[in-house]
Amino acid sequence: MTTIEHTTAVRAAPALEARGVTLGYDGRVVIDSLDLSIETGTITTLVGANGCGKSTLLKSLGRILKPTSGSIHLEGVPIASLSTKKVARQLAMLPQSPSAPPGISVRDLVLRGRNPHQTWARSWSPEDAAVVDAALEATGLMDVADRDVASLSGGQRQRVWIALVVAQQAGILLLDEPTTFLDLSHQLDVLRLVRQIKRDTNATVVMVLHDLSLAARYSDRIVVLHEGSIVADGAPAEVLTPEILHRAFSLRARVIPDPITGTPLIVPEAD
Amino acid sequence: MTGQLTGVRRAGGIRVGPVGLAWRPRVVIATIAALVLALILFVAGITIGSSALSVVDVIRALGGGGTGVQRLIVTELRLPRALTGAFVGLALGVAGALTQTFTRNPLATPDVIGVTAGASTGAVAAIVLGGGTYSVSAALLGGGIPLAATAGALIASAVVYGLGWRGGVESYRLILVGIGVASVLTALTSYLLVRAQIAQASQASVWLVGSLSGSSWPSVWPLLIVAVLGVALSLVTSTALGVSQLGDETAIAVGLHLQRHRLIVIALAVVLTAAAVAAAGPVGFVAFVVPQIALRTAGTSRPPLLLSGLMGTCLVLVADLAGRTIFPTEVPVGLLTTVVGAPYLIWLLVRHRKELSS
Repeated sequence: MTTIEHTTAVRAAPALEARGVTLGYDGRVVIDSLDLSIETGTITTLVGANGCGKSTLLKSLGRILKPTSGSIHLEGVPIASLSTKKVARQLAMLPQSPSAPPGISVRDLVLRGRNPHQTWARSWSPEDAAVVDAALEATGLMDVADRDVASLSGGQRQRVWIALVVAQQAGILLLDEPTTFLDLSHQLDVLRLVRQIKRDTNATVVMVLHDLSLAARYSDRIVVLHEGSIVADGAPAEVLTPEILHRAFSLRARVIPDPITGTPLIVPEAD
Repeated sequence: MTGQLTGVRRAGGIRVGPVGLAWRPRVVIATIAALVLALILFVAGITIGSSALSVVDVIRALGGGGTGVQRLIVTELRLPRALTGAFVGLALGVAGALTQTFTRNPLATPDVIGVTAGASTGAVAAIVLGGGTYSVSAALLGGGIPLAATAGALIASAVVYGLGWRGGVESYRLILVGIGVASVLTALTSYLLVRAQIAQASQASVWLVGSLSGSSWPSVWPLLIVAVLGVALSLVTSTALGVSQLGDETAIAVGLHLQRHRLIVIALAVVLTAAAVAAAGPVGFVAFVVPQIALRTAGTSRPPLLLSGLMGTCLVLVADLAGRTIFPTEVPVGLLTTVVGAPYLIWLLVRHRKELSS
């Protein structure tokens, strides 16, 4: 490949792209030939009712789930053609409710995020240590770095997993419900952290969230899924309308501007 | 040398050229201690016995000196026996650490992927169907029974892996299929025992307990070669094993080729276990107990492989030494390791329940 072709390819190609993907488990189709293109340096949030296929879509973007047809492209290159370790240097993924091995310390767990930059003989380097320290610093975990992950609170534990993703130093982050099981203030902590990472490193973020008002606040773009297809896609204010909410969630709600940020605020109707 | 040695602080590590490891003093100290203990037990195994020899006698006999009886005892009886014990323990310890780590389940020994049950069926079939009395099949001991055991182990684990395959293998499904296949094989072994002549049945029962008394050079060499290679290759998978502990999705996310890794780890565990079982029979509980002791000694999140292997060596050598010196008649090594292992299993389960409920 010549240099010119290479630069055009990088400029033209979206960070991540699903082309006509059909996804399912054991023959049951969850998503049928869906197209989605994610631009570099944006935060995109997938929303939708339970079972609409948003986690399934995220898993396929993160090459955890292979599409039965169609393909995923990472910066223009079919993801299936790349070695999984090479992909991991460009793309990090936080699955829904991950579990830490018993007895592992925060620092050791975050160090595992360095795996794509390591070899079988080198599972540690001074650079790994420095990146891990920076990730712990960024997530506010320096004080608990040597503690057992199991001894931490839910909010701290979620930040440990985000630190692992940060330590991976990938340009694209896929986060599956990063705020589950957290109280409101910890949800905000996590989302602020995600936005901070995006601003600092021009990272591309795709996440799944349930709280629509928070999604509106922290996303550049919202993709609404309903029964495996995209029913709305765009800026939060365009997408989160009473009609679309009713269609995707069977929810009757009023949408008012958030008094603080002006982004859509979803208020369910009275019974 | 371009390498650099950084601090010995808690968060540090060592980086020399292409090699880099997090610095864990507790693991290093425990591993060195286990190695020293293993060497002491190895020497003790050669010197102590019904005719006691001094270390000087042993060295002299190895060099071709001493009396003919001493040479016979050292080179033909005690040395092969001690080597078999040492490498059976090493192989089982490492195999257990591999299976417990990749399944993320402390109860998952190599037995759960059908290796031991397959080896037992193979060996008992060779003893029973091969016919003849002990003296006849004694000639086969060098090749026949170990070969049959190895074949049984490999076939059984291939069946478990094949039946567990559904576009990839998952540890949970593998364990369930393994238990099923092992039950069928155990039933088959029992059937063979019931059908067998008394002499064959008793020989088979001795084999089924796991014993070092039949150790001889022809069975030492294959074990030694497979154990050394298998342990070396296992150490290569160590970093990936650490990653696999994060769970399937996170492991893939940080760049682990999960199915390939799993196949390699299973193959290594199977080959190591098969070599050990072929040489000494199914020595019970070593693969199960030792990695858990190593884990707690080292204070790590998974059993360190080398430490597990060396502790396996120590357990088997000490059990063999005790089995042939403490009791009036020799007690097979597998019986003693089980006597140590079973209470430990119960203790682990009780403690696990307490941890869960607290």
